Amino acid sequence: MNPESKSLPTEQAEPLVKIENLKKYFPIKGGGYFTGSKKLVKAVDNVTFEIYRGETLGLVGESGCGKSTLGRNILRLQEPTDGQVFFKEENILAYKGHEMRKLRKQMQIIYQDPFSSLNPRFTVGEIIGEMYDIHGIAKGAEKEKKIKEMIELVGLDPSRYHNYPHEFSGGQRQRIGIARALALNPEFVVADEPVSALDVSVQSQILNLLMKLKEELGLTMLFIAHGLNVVRHISDRVGVMYLGKIVELSETDNIFDNPAHPYTAALLSTVPEADPRLKKERIVLKGEVPSPANPPSGCHFRTRCPLATERCAIEEPPLLEVRDKHFAACHYPLEKGQTLKQAISSKEQSQESVTI
Amino acid sequence: MDKILEIDNLVTAYQGKEGFVKAVDGVSFDLNRGDTICIVGESGSGKSVTAMSIMRLVEFENGKIREGTIKFNGEDLAKKSNEEMRKIRGSRISMIFQEPLTALNPVFTVGKQITEAILFHYPIGKKEAWRRAEEMIRLVGLSDPKARLKQYPHELSGGMRQRVMIAIALASEPELLIADEPTTALDVTIEAQILELLRSLRRERNMSIMLITHDIGVAAEMADRIIIMYAGKIMEISDTQDLFDQPLHPYSKGLLDSVPRMDGERGVPLNSIEGSIPRLNEVPDGCRFSPRCPFATEKCHEEMPPLEFRGTRQVACWHVDQLLENDSLSNDRKGGEFIESGIKEPSY
Repeated sequence: MNPESKSLPTEQAEPLVKIENLKKYFPIKGGGYFTGSKKLVKAVDNVTFEIYRGETLGLVGESGCGKSTLGRNILRLQEPTDGQVFFKEENILAYKGHEMRKLRKQMQIIYQDPFSSLNPRFTVGEIIGEMYDIHGIAKGAEKEKKIKEMIELVGLDPSRYHNYPHEFSGGQRQRIGIARALALNPEFVVADEPVSALDVSVQSQILNLLMKLKEELGLTMLFIAHGLNVVRHISDRVGVMYLGKIVELSETDNIFDNPAHPYTAALLSTVPEADPRLKKERIVLKGEVPSPANPPSGCHFRTRCPLATERCAIEEPPLLEVRDKHFAACHYPLEKGQTLKQAISSKEQSQESVTI
Repeated sequence: MDKILEIDNLVTAYQGKEGFVKAVDGVSFDLNRGDTICIVGESGSGKSVTAMSIMRLVEFENGKIREGTIKFNGEDLAKKSNEEMRKIRGSRISMIFQEPLTALNPVFTVGKQITEAILFHYPIGKKEAWRRAEEMIRLVGLSDPKARLKQYPHELSGGMRQRVMIAIALASEPELLIADEPTTALDVTIEAQILELLRSLRRERNMSIMLITHDIGVAAEMADRIIIMYAGKIMEISDTQDLFDQPLHPYSKGLLDSVPRMDGERGVPLNSIEGSIPRLNEVPDGCRFSPRCPFATEKCHEEMPPLEFRGTRQVACWHVDQLLENDSLSNDRKGGEFIESGIKEPSY
């Protein structure tokens, strides 16, 4: 059995979405002309976790870590290479066309870029109305009433029913994207970097809207973002991804107050904080994220990890419960309350004593 | 204090379909030698256009400096000829851009591009130029300089490209470095590396830096002084610590409060600024921020407040005293306070 498939936090909360050993590999050209050997980019590499009903699970990581790919594979907007996705205990990867279409009503996505994700030739009414047409839910006056309710729900004026996307600002377009995603009253929503393309003063409006709607409609949300402060604010639990793998997963406070994985700790120490008085011990990671086409052996993070040893190059650390309900994939997880700097200096001390 | 840059009443306009549109409208500020100043603003605030005006690059994109002076070491750059500007640009003032892939030339090697910059400004041989280029590569923290010089931009990652850009910008030992959103396209861990590099370069070379960013967190970490811009105008100029202790302009305050803090209370509604940024061809009368401002009165809609001194700080608002009074009533600047102090509720 794969180490990562060990069950993750089991609480009283019931999982709505269960992801087991999910893999998404993209073939890239490699090798000789005749041999045609294919190399694979492991964008999502054997990921297992659960999303509980009613929670917001934040997913953070740097660009290319596979967080967006993971979100799309869960919704089957891309077909996973391998693994299972359970929605309400049913394996949706086995679903055929019409079954899947039915299911789409219950799972929706909000995209990052409100400029390219709305069809410029459709009016707002048509953009949202398309959802009702496809699923044959409402027609005519009833459809229009529903659309106007949705427009109002996301804080826009229903009189703008006949306006086109270019007549709206970035924040307003993102509201339209949210209205479209919520039009069919889904239970599960993947929000893929919903505020990254927006100006600061507009970001908080959209975050507030998402938090409010989640509460009112009882949504379960997978919130993908790279802004740590945003993820911290909105999430109940947080997963940290690095090169296709989840390296740490726990409740938000655990992750942010007592990170166990050195990558998380380093990531947190580098966030530019909007307060000059908060002088943090900054651990600036050396180097860059390696190419996912050619990840390091063993632990993928070891090439940049200040705590890495030979063991990390040989043995890949599984995602294990290192503390109560706190999962990390590291051979040398930080202890509770231990900073990365302390861990580095204690590692150096132990090495010195060996050489003596 | 020795001033490297003094900008007075700068107006830069672009030719649009319906006449000129002022992207920067009466901007004045100084930069002390050796200091880092940050211009913070959202899209359309005029922060980049201010930088492009100093470099006199606006002329290449249909813009024009209509009014004002840009004194660099006492000389007015706005009056220089193009020929004279060429000698200053990239030598005494350098600029780095947000997207290093488009700023670098894809058909030349890194080495060629750095030596080109060196040879343009120094009367030295090619060999010596390559040796200096190697030094520059090392200075910006890239490993294996000899190999790097032979590579093309597409062979490098985003962070490495930005380091190459910095190497080119610093090759001529400029007195002033203008960095326009240098880390916006980069990941957090790489952003931290580049900011660290800029800090250490500034220390070592006593360079003055003008950093343009939309990220108030980056400004907090880098700046001695912060300029807050909105819709082509300066709203506030303050020393960094002062600004974060107590913003004087309602827009500065709104901006600071709308960013979720890493030590703030989670899940609560964030303070947000209602509405959205006006387009430049439809800026409101009076104070540009007035349609979104919780303090706005009749006067604000009619008359633009001047940028006036308040101690060492400058602010353009008719209602600074009310804002201060409001803030002193509620010392707690955490979530929800914007509402309690009788100001409009966040717009959801």
